[in-house]
Amino acid sequence: MSAVVDEHDHHADDHHDHGPEKGLLRWITTTNHKDIGTLYLLFALVMFFVGGSMAMVIRAELFEPGLQFVDPAFFNSMTTMHALVMVFGAVMPAFVGLANWQIPLMIGAADMALPRMNNMSFWMLVAGVLLLASTLFMEGGAPNGGWTLYPPLVLQPITVGKALPFAVFSVHLLGISSIMGAINIIATIFNMRAPAMKMMDMPLFVWTWLITAFLLIAVMPVFAGAVTMLLTDKFFHTSFFNAAGGGDPVLYQHIFWFFGHPEVYIMILPTFGVASTIIPVFARKPLFGYASMVWATASIAFLSFIVWAHHMFTVGMPVAGELYFMYATMIIAVPTGVKVFNWTATMWKGAMTFETPMLFSIAFVVLFTMGGFTGLMMAIAPADFQYHDTYFIVAHFHYTLVPASIFILMAAGYFWLPKWTGHMYNEKVGQLHFWLSAISVNILFFPQHFLGLAGMPRRIPDYAVQFADWNMISSIGGFIFGASQLLFLYIVIDTIRGGTGEKVSDEVWEDASKHGLEWTLPSPVPYHTWTIPPTSVPTEHVLDSH
Amino acid sequence: MNKAKQLFAGLILMASGLGTVQADYTLNLMKGVTKVSNDIYDLHMLILWICVVIGVGVFGAMFYSIYHHRKSKGHQAAQFHENTTVEIIWTIIPTLILVAMAIPATKTMLELSDVEKSDMTIQVTGRQWYWDYKYLDSDIHFESHLDEASERVHRTVGADPRSVPHYLLNVDKPLVIPVKKKVRFVLTSVDVIHSWWVPDLGWKKDANPGFINEAWTSVDKAGTYRGQCTELCGRDHAFMPIVVIALEQPEYDAWVKKTLEQQKQKPDLSDQSREQLMAHGESVYLKNCVGCHQINGAGVPGLIPALTGSKIATGKWESLDGFLRAGTAKMPSFSKLDGKEYAELMTYVRNNLGNKVGDELQPKQTALPDDDD
Repeated sequence: MSAVVDEHDHHADDHHDHGPEKGLLRWITTTNHKDIGTLYLLFALVMFFVGGSMAMVIRAELFEPGLQFVDPAFFNSMTTMHALVMVFGAVMPAFVGLANWQIPLMIGAADMALPRMNNMSFWMLVAGVLLLASTLFMEGGAPNGGWTLYPPLVLQPITVGKALPFAVFSVHLLGISSIMGAINIIATIFNMRAPAMKMMDMPLFVWTWLITAFLLIAVMPVFAGAVTMLLTDKFFHTSFFNAAGGGDPVLYQHIFWFFGHPEVYIMILPTFGVASTIIPVFARKPLFGYASMVWATASIAFLSFIVWAHHMFTVGMPVAGELYFMYATMIIAVPTGVKVFNWTATMWKGAMTFETPMLFSIAFVVLFTMGGFTGLMMAIAPADFQYHDTYFIVAHFHYTLVPASIFILMAAGYFWLPKWTGHMYNEKVGQLHFWLSAISVNILFFPQHFLGLAGMPRRIPDYAVQFADWNMISSIGGFIFGASQLLFLYIVIDTIRGGTGEKVSDEVWEDASKHGLEWTLPSPVPYHTWTIPPTSVPTEHVLDSH
Repeated sequence: MNKAKQLFAGLILMASGLGTVQADYTLNLMKGVTKVSNDIYDLHMLILWICVVIGVGVFGAMFYSIYHHRKSKGHQAAQFHENTTVEIIWTIIPTLILVAMAIPATKTMLELSDVEKSDMTIQVTGRQWYWDYKYLDSDIHFESHLDEASERVHRTVGADPRSVPHYLLNVDKPLVIPVKKKVRFVLTSVDVIHSWWVPDLGWKKDANPGFINEAWTSVDKAGTYRGQCTELCGRDHAFMPIVVIALEQPEYDAWVKKTLEQQKQKPDLSDQSREQLMAHGESVYLKNCVGCHQINGAGVPGLIPALTGSKIATGKWESLDGFLRAGTAKMPSFSKLDGKEYAELMTYVRNNLGNKVGDELQPKQTALPDDDD
């Protein structure tokens, strides 16, 4: 460890060499991984509130049965856009932002391998999301056939107005942006690691992002292909998905979910990485089962390619297909279980403290596991004939996305903001934010299990009166959850502007430098770091593998 | 987090106790009324309990650790970070549980997909936004639309859904099947993908345009069972419910006889008063037009033309008539309506929804020579 600390002086000097440009141009032309990381994170935060307000519209309409606020087509636009904005505008960019900030710091690299492309990926993301958002103001409204964009519905002139080509080109831009980001991350991890850092020394966050990047490169072109076929079916009279011309609408679903299932792991694998980074710090123990964490991540990524049709059990597959996809899906529970057990074992016999990042991480482990349980239930194909397309699945995937991915993104914010800004966030407000979020997210999503089992389909703006009570409770939870997130916005702004005023140490968290290279750098992190790579790296989490 | 665990336990307790007391307020999956639905319920409970037990174990260990192994209690951190034995155990045990789970699941899956040796076949066709049922062994064929009371309430801001019995889960003509007979369904669609689901029967199955899916049921108990479309199929996806009435064989036979007789009846083409035409016309409108053109005839900007002030709707009735029979790229043909319905619908559209043409069409005017089939 001592060798690493020696590097400090160099880095302090680097700071004076060439700082950022002044003014707006800094942010438009920047090729600095920290600036681009900040841009990604702030953009994701804005989109989180945009997608969140759409969720508020949905929960307001569902507060009571009957027609209250919005037309059913607009309601469908809201569910569609909420999903697209949250997936492609909030969660994915937020993790790319974290990758930009953290991967170079964690592997001892001076920057990302391809800095100019890095800038281009970000601005293409903005263009893609703006193109998508512009459909909200078009005649006929935003896409309203669900985020899955299933044909023939999404091709129907009475359903989707002028929005389809805009959504398709938006997907193309977002895809190119993601692929460029992924190439950059892979190139950085393979080529820019400090010479002292072997692959099996890499922090789990770096490992999970490496695997995620390969998933992105593999599946984003598939999605782009699928939506391009929608485009040609609509405008150039092809019949990929039109039975009358020899096509098959179910073909689209196979292609979509071949993308879609890896896509959900694209949103969860980096989550695993962050949790595996935070929990050891606050348990004051090395991560349990480092090697098995890496292998579990790789197995989950591999399995994600061979289970896609479990999203389509009721579509009418041969029974052999149903059985295959059921078995393959059930297997995912094994590596996922290994991860949960490892996190629990990491906490076991630690010396835990419960600062806000740790609270969010523990909530993640518990609530993600609940989402995993319902996932296992839905893997049972015959049972899925009941669960499919009801609020049960809505509860399931929101458990794996909100108190999992989103909570971990919050945890990451609390965990690294002091490092990035040099300011400490207000722990009291952070804890308040946590408890409000953790309680309200369960009021919001837990009753949706009941609704689904009782027979309420998803994607409906109005429902039978026996579903009224739980919908109202769910909506109340939703409003509290939504409002609580304003606290996070406050904390982010407050911390950037000085926070508690307390000067944070280089380590920020007790003994953090044992766990990661970034904590050996000064706080706030200088504009340029690791111009000379560290000569040794923390290896306490892999002692036995050497 | 403790709260979440309690809620999960609450799900189990309430499902076993309260669920049965309050029939309309279920928390758990319904057992249903077929052998398959009961098997699925058993699978559901089995996997749920497995999850509960694993959850209690894992969360128990975690919360024990959170309580005891905290720095504020002076606990010193151990530094272990690997244990091959433990890691092998917690890989193998879940695998064995999954294998044990897969066996009954496979059995039920095979049963669910065995459509052989059925006693009768019903063709289910999904349409925007109603179901069309055709009994392939007899000539029974009818459409099943959301009932008018629900139709009016769900389209009116602030109307009270509680005033309608079985709000959104009621239809004008339910599907009728005999009990204890293996009924095979062939499902398809003419427009977009729909999905036919009655929870009490234990399954849902997609209705794909241009393709045919198969499914089956054999209902143990006479009764009325309700469900809904479960695949997003456009703006009125929420408003195409399913009602299945299972009857004992003698009652079923009587229903078949009565329905066949009704189907043979020719439409009554006698003249009607203006009030009658308008009232009947509204019913025809609510069934066939309201989904797109809206309850006030305003349409949807950018997607669906308004009927209010429309040149086609308020022009010559003969051209409106031809337009409806032919259909367009966006609108299906309404040649399925008979002369009586044409007269009623056109009179309604031309003299309501903000239009005041002032004419009055009688069934004899609008009937085609072959309208009596």
